[in-house]
Amino acid sequence: MKEVELIQGRVFVFGDNIDTDQIYPGRYLELTEPEEVALHAMEGADPDFPSKVRPGDIIVAGKNFGCGSSREHAVITLIASGVRAVVAKSFARIFYRNAINRGLPVVEIPDLEPNSISQGSIATLDFKNGIFSSSEGKTYNFVPFPDNIMAIIEAGGIMPFYKAKATSRTPKKP
Amino acid sequence: MHAIEKILAKASGKSEVRSGEIVEARVDVAEVNDLYLQVIKSFYEMGGERVANPDKVTFVFDHYSPSPTIKAADNQRQMREFCEKMGISRLFDVGEGVCHQVLAESGLVGPGKIVIETDSHSTTLGALGAFASGVGATDLAIILLTGQLWFKVPPVIRIEVDGAIPYGVMAKDVILYILGKLKQDAAIYKAVEYSGSAISSMSMDERFVLCNMSVEMGAKTAYIQPDDITFNFLEEKGAKRDDFEVFVTDGDFCYQESYAFDVSGLSPQVALPGSVDDVANIEDAQPVPVTQVFIGTCTGGRLNDIKTAANILRGRHVAKGVRCLIVPASRTIFRDALAEGYVKDLVEAGAVFVTPGCGPCLGAHEGVLTAGDVCVSTSSRNFPGRMGSTEASIFVASPATAAASALAGHLADPRNFIG
Repeated sequence: MKEVELIQGRVFVFGDNIDTDQIYPGRYLELTEPEEVALHAMEGADPDFPSKVRPGDIIVAGKNFGCGSSREHAVITLIASGVRAVVAKSFARIFYRNAINRGLPVVEIPDLEPNSISQGSIATLDFKNGIFSSSEGKTYNFVPFPDNIMAIIEAGGIMPFYKAKATSRTPKKP
Repeated sequence: MHAIEKILAKASGKSEVRSGEIVEARVDVAEVNDLYLQVIKSFYEMGGERVANPDKVTFVFDHYSPSPTIKAADNQRQMREFCEKMGISRLFDVGEGVCHQVLAESGLVGPGKIVIETDSHSTTLGALGAFASGVGATDLAIILLTGQLWFKVPPVIRIEVDGAIPYGVMAKDVILYILGKLKQDAAIYKAVEYSGSAISSMSMDERFVLCNMSVEMGAKTAYIQPDDITFNFLEEKGAKRDDFEVFVTDGDFCYQESYAFDVSGLSPQVALPGSVDDVANIEDAQPVPVTQVFIGTCTGGRLNDIKTAANILRGRHVAKGVRCLIVPASRTIFRDALAEGYVKDLVEAGAVFVTPGCGPCLGAHEGVLTAGDVCVSTSSRNFPGRMGSTEASIFVASPATAAASALAGHLADPRNFIG
């Protein structure tokens, strides 16, 4: 189990309607291994992103992040490239579900102004208290995840979560 | 309750559900397309050994069909093996067409069904009165394991469309106009219902277009109340009325929002490159020279679309320097277009036919754009890099506007080429 009460990382800032083709271009959809998928994160929005991103980084964006395709690659590429969380004004529905299923924290802050957060600054996500703050002093509140969603995120996604549940239900052999 | 709520209530064994409530619903039809080997990987990763309801599961090979690379071919091979092993008999292989259209024609989908596909445009099937929604690979794997999935009951937006649709204007223009007004995030996590006199008079082909593109405003699902046009369509596909249950919205149901549009004076519309909600009247758009025209996809590759293109291009010729690609949305549509003579008309006019499927729409193969290309497409999306290079431009328009543009060699008003 991973402890995800607090996340701190460098910030990459994007605008509104960052779609799944920008997060993970369609031409790579035949790839299936996370390490190959990771090489193309956010390439459609910022071609240099895959070479700049480092483990622990946080994406900050405007409204409707992840709109477009249902491709789970869009979430897999972010996780595998090291992105630790995405904070946005709003998220597209399928992307949001995919992210929770994969254990990527997606934090919705309706009054977020992405431009108030500087590219490269250090931001902190406090999941317990629902506070997002950046090193330049900007602070936003958000509604913390309910316990059941937090449990999925802490398990690292629905697959390990599901497996753990299945194992705990299996009666032990005498 | 709304009809959509009643569908979700029935499928989750409840007498009543409310917007915002989370329900665990049984899924009637689940579909996996060939982008999603991840479904099988997630299935096994969760300890899956057998599929809960193999008869309710379909696989459709459409995005990489026929396979353009060894990797894509290998993904499809693994899917065929999985179907064989799990007893999934409904595998629609290369050439059958785009998943949403294939399912619409299968007779499996109709009023009251819960239909979940690994494709965002699953909202298409709400035109048949189903609750239809797209999910990612892992959610679909959970359906394979359990036959069910959790859903948040969405609030419903009503969009009433009235008026007689003018000559030269299609459902695609109607939905682009609505998207231009309401914008890309208007319906995130919500359901959209279409009603009104313009909808009642639309053919199924045209109704599918509205529901299909509802996901471009973020909709979780779309819905049109079934009527005789719906039942006639289903009957033609071999489905029986008894296979489905028609739910009707209560008279006192409160919609979260309501919008009304009158389309009797509507011009053909065009979404400008980069954003599907950046929409202009065709007469206000610049006559930009085009290098490719693409008539196809789950949005724009139905028989009515091909017929419209044939009516414009018949006896004339695609302009020099333009590649005009036509991709029927299904084998059935391709066969009907052949029987009606549209294929001959279009090929003689210089158009190129591609296997039924949806490869070019997402830049997978068969029509990838390079830097500087300008494409007029009947598809649903013009995101940067959608069909290949991020330095190409995609205008989204109706099949009539696309065909007129192929003829003119530049973005053109179809009303100048018909009648």
